[in-house]
Amino acid sequence: MAKYDVDSEKLKRLEDYIDSIEQKEGALIGVLYKAQEIFGYLPKDVQLFIARKLKIPAAKVFGVTTFYSYFTMEPRGKHVINVCMGTACFVKGADKVLEELRKQLNITEGNMSPDGMFTVDSLRCVGACGLAPVVMVDGKVYGRVKVEDVKAILDEYREGGSTQ
Amino acid sequence: MINLTIDGVKISVEEGTTILEAARLLGKDIPTLCHDERLKPHGACRICVVEVEGAKSLLASCSTPVQEGMVVHTESKSVIEARKTVLELLISNHPLDCLTCEKAGDCKLQDYCYRYDIKEDKYGGEKIKYELDDSNEFYICDQNKCILCGKCVRVCNELQCTGAIGFAKRGFYTHIAVPFDRKLYESDCVSCGNCVAVCPVGALTVKKRDKYRAWEVKKVRTTCSYCGVGCQMYLLVKDDKVVGVEPCFSEPNKGLMCVKGRFAYNFINHRDRLKKPLIKKNGEFVEVEWDEALDYVASRLKKIKDEYGSDSIAGFASARCTNEDNYMFQKFMRAVIGTNNVDHCARLCHATTVTGLATTFGSGAMTNSIGELEKADCIFIIGSNTTETHPVTATYIKRAKLNGAKIIVADPREIELTKGADVFMQLKPGTNVALLNAMMNVIIEEGLEDKKFIEERCENFEELVEIVKQYTPEKVEEITGVKAELIKEAARLYAMSEKSSIVYSMGITQHSSGVEHVYSVANLAMLCGKIGKEGCGVNPLRGQNNVQGACDMGCLPDVFPGYQKVFVKENLEKFEGAWGVKLSDKVGLTVPEVFKAAHDGKVKALYIMGENPMVSDPDIKHVEEALNSLEFLVVQDIFLTDTAKLADVVLPAASFAEKDGTFTNSERRVQRVRRAINSVGEAREDWRIIKELMIRLGYECSLNSSKDVMEEISKLTPQYRGIDYERIEEKGLQWPVLDKNHSGTPILHVEKFARGKGLFKPAHYKAAAETPDSEYPLILTTGRVLYHYHTMTMTGKNEGLMNIVGEPFVEINPMNASKLGIKDGEMVEVTSRRGSVKVRAKVTERIEEDVVFMPFHFKEANTLTNTALDEVTKEPELKVCTVRINRL
Repeated sequence: MAKYDVDSEKLKRLEDYIDSIEQKEGALIGVLYKAQEIFGYLPKDVQLFIARKLKIPAAKVFGVTTFYSYFTMEPRGKHVINVCMGTACFVKGADKVLEELRKQLNITEGNMSPDGMFTVDSLRCVGACGLAPVVMVDGKVYGRVKVEDVKAILDEYREGGSTQ
Repeated sequence: MINLTIDGVKISVEEGTTILEAARLLGKDIPTLCHDERLKPHGACRICVVEVEGAKSLLASCSTPVQEGMVVHTESKSVIEARKTVLELLISNHPLDCLTCEKAGDCKLQDYCYRYDIKEDKYGGEKIKYELDDSNEFYICDQNKCILCGKCVRVCNELQCTGAIGFAKRGFYTHIAVPFDRKLYESDCVSCGNCVAVCPVGALTVKKRDKYRAWEVKKVRTTCSYCGVGCQMYLLVKDDKVVGVEPCFSEPNKGLMCVKGRFAYNFINHRDRLKKPLIKKNGEFVEVEWDEALDYVASRLKKIKDEYGSDSIAGFASARCTNEDNYMFQKFMRAVIGTNNVDHCARLCHATTVTGLATTFGSGAMTNSIGELEKADCIFIIGSNTTETHPVTATYIKRAKLNGAKIIVADPREIELTKGADVFMQLKPGTNVALLNAMMNVIIEEGLEDKKFIEERCENFEELVEIVKQYTPEKVEEITGVKAELIKEAARLYAMSEKSSIVYSMGITQHSSGVEHVYSVANLAMLCGKIGKEGCGVNPLRGQNNVQGACDMGCLPDVFPGYQKVFVKENLEKFEGAWGVKLSDKVGLTVPEVFKAAHDGKVKALYIMGENPMVSDPDIKHVEEALNSLEFLVVQDIFLTDTAKLADVVLPAASFAEKDGTFTNSERRVQRVRRAINSVGEAREDWRIIKELMIRLGYECSLNSSKDVMEEISKLTPQYRGIDYERIEEKGLQWPVLDKNHSGTPILHVEKFARGKGLFKPAHYKAAAETPDSEYPLILTTGRVLYHYHTMTMTGKNEGLMNIVGEPFVEINPMNASKLGIKDGEMVEVTSRRGSVKVRAKVTERIEEDVVFMPFHFKEANTLTNTALDEVTKEPELKVCTVRINRL
């Protein structure tokens, strides 16, 4: 068997999951979902492993992975922060909040903080325009966020598991 | 039938026909971009929309089936408007560089823009800039020109079944990609070019060696000269030079090709082609005129014949040459020289098949057609690395897999077909008979045999039962290394599937018990009644383009054309009557026997037409000694091969592109070869050279064209009786073609076997001639790679192929490598009892422990191989010998 440069314990979990699927045809999206749940993202080797296990071309796995915005090939931080960039939030200064988040987390390239704690991303309208600008952390919604609030929000999560 | 009206014309078509198909029947040219008749309708590009009265919107004609009473307008105002919009949107993100675009003149986007008067980008929106991918050796991918019709992706995934490319991302950012947006050369791409062939625009274009425009070239249809698939293709000719190749949408390849046929054509006009006859004078080749060369050859042959007798002369015909060339060659040897010492390289690949299947079935050829593989329910591939050796045939197997067929593979190596296989039996080289016996043991034990078929159509079943009884899967697991459970599973799958086909190649034939290997394959098929039915059969894949034909033409020492034995009185009389001379009834020498006889001084002269035994035959040192012991060696070839270098006279032959004639492919299909260019230099067609020699040796020959030769062939060869050039102009016929009205025979042995009853020929497993010992602990097996053909005289001239595989190598398992301290890519020394060579090690799990593999295209492999022969057919055991490997 070819070698895969990923956590072998996690790979085993994924393999067990795939082996448990009886009808493998058409199972790709479910498998990718599970894989992202296990690994937090879909690195190349995980995609190659899935292709081999499902006996489908890697090009097909890559195609589906890049088609759905839910799937990501970038590692994700422990906590995922999403800043709403919908019209209302944008008008209310969401871009500045995003900038502040990236600054405080020392993110210069990509979306993940160097300590692997946070991934900062943006999305379009969560349907809470009355609370604009909106920031979501791991699904929890913070409304009317000001640049000054950023530190407090981050600290909530840092205390929960950070060494800082 | 469904009745409808298209542009005011009434037509009646079968149910399920699409509007597009119906319109094409009326000669309507509905534009299409994403449509390919080999694929399911896709309906992506919308350029083929038509107006159907009563429908709410315009309909895509490619994916809309006809309905009773439909009234269709293919060029109405609204249709034209819609098509214009489609085109305007397409060119809004497409560079308008038609002046220099390679596709100009052959571009559908350009054609349709012209047709609908689209001049410029109306929208002026954002354009995406993609980097050019020119990493593939043979073609360029320019995504800036891609219109996302998806044909390349679908051909790669659904026809070629390589799956190298797919769609990535979505919306405006959708593009064609290999995994992780790498370059093509880093992907699974096998450079078949089947994507390039269907690209309607300039996104995928061939890297041209010579510049030409689509309208400047003449297209000449012919048959590919690589491998036994016999792909139909066009040679593109400009200024009497072959500048490209395009696939032809006909049987057996239906528009698909492989990297060799599609891109390795440059040998035809290569500077190293032999252009004048050469005579060796004082150890050096000197160019001479044809007359001098032919007079010299004739006089030397005459002298040797007079002095030592006819049987002191031997000839090797060529599986690369046409049927007409080969027919004339054996006629020359038999009628003019007076000997049956004529053989060719079929001895090295399928001599055991010809004899083995003739004994059991009565005919030694592939029983079914290549196209039928797609219809099989179960395909058992044993000893054939089909994706590399017969790439287009392999696509049929892979498509069968997509259709749900079960795939069983038995091979010492983890070949590509094992990827999707249901059962993979990785057996030790040379143990096939034991494996097949065990499968039959299981089938009989579990009562899965076809009792009716055996009862009615076969004989000698009792002996089979007796022998295979001794081969329990458990016992055979010890011999083959294949788990008993896998053997049982394979046996059940094969026996219980409705249409089961066996595909095999040299992994079965090249053994010292090769003919028994073939018997065993035949036994298995008869046991399960998988003969004489569509999608079933025993299918030996013939290696070279015309190895089937060269055998059919009687270039074998025991038969006249059509497998008519030379020692049978009626046959002898028939040919003596036809050729007007007394003929020998003594069976001649085979290739290995010729070398031995030359060595022993019994054969004095050898005439070799288009063969290169100095690379292809086992134990090359022995071959060289034999050739050097000859008094006179003539080699007729297109290049100065390793063999030609040893010759006294070298005659320059025309290549397939310079010839008229026929090749017979692996499925017995006789297909036309057509002259596309004039002969390079002073090269001549092989059969014309032979004719000149016939005349010089006092034999009258009134055949003036290849067509005349085929007429004589069809008179004397029962299988070819109904064949003439007119009949095979469009589509080749599969022999036997009994008369001028017979349409050929896609499936052999339908009602009864050619020999009457199918004969079970059970065999015991015999170990290979060499088995591992302490001195030579590893088994060496040899085979082909996708990127080369035979001894590389043609493929070795192509830089692209040489950049991919440019040197010999030895595949070795990581366990063996680590024991020997060998790293991947390191040079090692491989030694057998015959010799020693230095090659690069390829450490891979593809091959199992204690077995190593080398490609036979390079001289190194056959420096090591064993000359042990199959007793019956004299085919050498090229697949198994023992070696040791040392670090350097």
